[in-house]
Amino acid sequence: MDESLKDLNDFLLSNYSEDIISSNIEHDHLSICIVFSSIESITSILKLNNICKFRTLIDITAIDFPSEEKRFTLVYHYLSMQQNIRIRLKSSIKEEQIVPSITKLFPAANWFEREVFDMYGILFSNHPDMRRILTDYGFQGHPLRKDFPTTGYLELRYDQERKKVVYEPVKLTQEYRRFDFMSPWEGEGFVFEQSDEVQEENKENG
Amino acid sequence: MANNYQHEKKTSENSIRNFNINFGPQHPAAHGVLRMVLELDGEIVDRCDPHIGLLHRGTEKLMESRTYLQNLPYFDRLDYVAPMNQEHAWCLAIEKLLNVQISYRASLIRVLYCEIGRVLNHLLNITTQAMDVGAFTPISWGFEEREKLMVFYERACGARLHAAYFRPGGVHQDLSDDLLNDIMDWSISFPKVVNDIEELLTENRIFKQRNVDIGIVSKDEAFDWGFSGVMVRGSGLAWDLRRSQPYECYNDFEFKIPIGKNGDCYDRYLCRVWEMKESVKIVQQSIEKLSMCKGDDVLVRGKIAPPNRVDMKKSMEALIHHFKLYTEGFHVPKGEIYVSVEAPKGEFGVFLVSDGTNKPYKVKLRSPGFLHLAAIDHICRGHQLADVSAILGSLDVVFGEIDR
Repeated sequence: MDESLKDLNDFLLSNYSEDIISSNIEHDHLSICIVFSSIESITSILKLNNICKFRTLIDITAIDFPSEEKRFTLVYHYLSMQQNIRIRLKSSIKEEQIVPSITKLFPAANWFEREVFDMYGILFSNHPDMRRILTDYGFQGHPLRKDFPTTGYLELRYDQERKKVVYEPVKLTQEYRRFDFMSPWEGEGFVFEQSDEVQEENKENG
Repeated sequence: MANNYQHEKKTSENSIRNFNINFGPQHPAAHGVLRMVLELDGEIVDRCDPHIGLLHRGTEKLMESRTYLQNLPYFDRLDYVAPMNQEHAWCLAIEKLLNVQISYRASLIRVLYCEIGRVLNHLLNITTQAMDVGAFTPISWGFEEREKLMVFYERACGARLHAAYFRPGGVHQDLSDDLLNDIMDWSISFPKVVNDIEELLTENRIFKQRNVDIGIVSKDEAFDWGFSGVMVRGSGLAWDLRRSQPYECYNDFEFKIPIGKNGDCYDRYLCRVWEMKESVKIVQQSIEKLSMCKGDDVLVRGKIAPPNRVDMKKSMEALIHHFKLYTEGFHVPKGEIYVSVEAPKGEFGVFLVSDGTNKPYKVKLRSPGFLHLAAIDHICRGHQLADVSAILGSLDVVFGEIDR
């Protein structure tokens, strides 16, 4: 499988080098990062070109990196049953950028793009039916963004007096428990507090 | 069912209005909580709009704040008809990122239980599909067998449904000889039950009238809509991940991949029946192979698995390791991976992004049913209202995995 992935990588790099930022082969996948503007063109090449023949869309999702300027990374997975190889397409986008939909090429993308919109708030242009898909009717916010709390904002219960289900702000009887189990020796950014004496000793020794 | 009038169509004689009905969310043929808004022209389906998400629990969000080991039981709750097949994908993803090789005995046990899961799933699917089109007997026969398999689940891990049996690095506990003998006995008697169910359905006039030439999926459609599993095999594509991209030790087994011809509901039913028979063969082969490697450890006793019980009582290091494993958990090196397995419903995949800590940075669960249900509008158009439930039955949807 690795051989054909290498061939495909060479083919893509030699013909579409200006679209591709980087590529690598890992865990039976060819993973390529492409520039945002060529999502549509590369996708259609992957589907229609005889060397690629990626006719099955496996998955579309996004990854949220809140601290980066290009906040979201869109991830597309494709499978070619004829060639028996898989490819992953990645592209970084800014929060407000609108992504061209690929539903024309892959009808299966319809629900995936709706899900990405629902979970991350990324909009797709030329999508036939851009509605929320998994969350509740009238839901606010985009749950898989890193700044969305796991507990959410609203809870619902059945109100005996009003005889209907009511939405209320989340009230937790116990604080939501977020344990930080990172080892103090390996944890990120953990600074040992040292007394002045120890620091001076260290200076003398070292 | 609530209904209201919408969309007027003028014909030369009089005006006919299309009819909108709600199918579900509480409908026995909806296989869970599916609300489908159907637009009917007489009895012909014009449009169907599935509303999913009624069972959405935010699994992917929850997984981001839990350790790798704590996340494992969530996989049982995805496709709760065949829980261990999902766990398998998660374990494989972690093992590949960590570059861990599991023991052959553990690998065999995984194959054994994955195939039991496949039988569990197909038994449920075939018999409920039969019930959707009016046959009641198969479900009571099928569930008797399912019950026996649930007992095998329970004897291996203590739980009938939510197993949490496959662990990163192997499986939780070894299987006893008694259990293996009982599974062998079952595998010998089971083909007769399949034949009995087949006798009720395969040549049954009503069953054929309701399923043959209904919900035809061509090869091109199967590609376009991202189908996998029985949905592509029913349409004549020889594609099975166990064969084409072998994982675990499936290469050591002899089994056939049944392929359909017409891509209709009936062919998919036949594929599932044959797959059960092939699964039984795999079960028997794996029990034979298991008898060759008795006594081997079923877990890789490194950083990702608990130490064995005896060590823990004697060694301080083992005790500390046990404590750290179940509190902090293990760290997975930075990287991205997509791993898929041939779950009974199709390709179940896990896309895992690790940032090097003890919790996943992002997880995406790729469930086959999500794509199959997405195509229902395309497949149902032009069919009769009564065919909707037959098609839904043969798509094999379970909302645990679709809504996540």
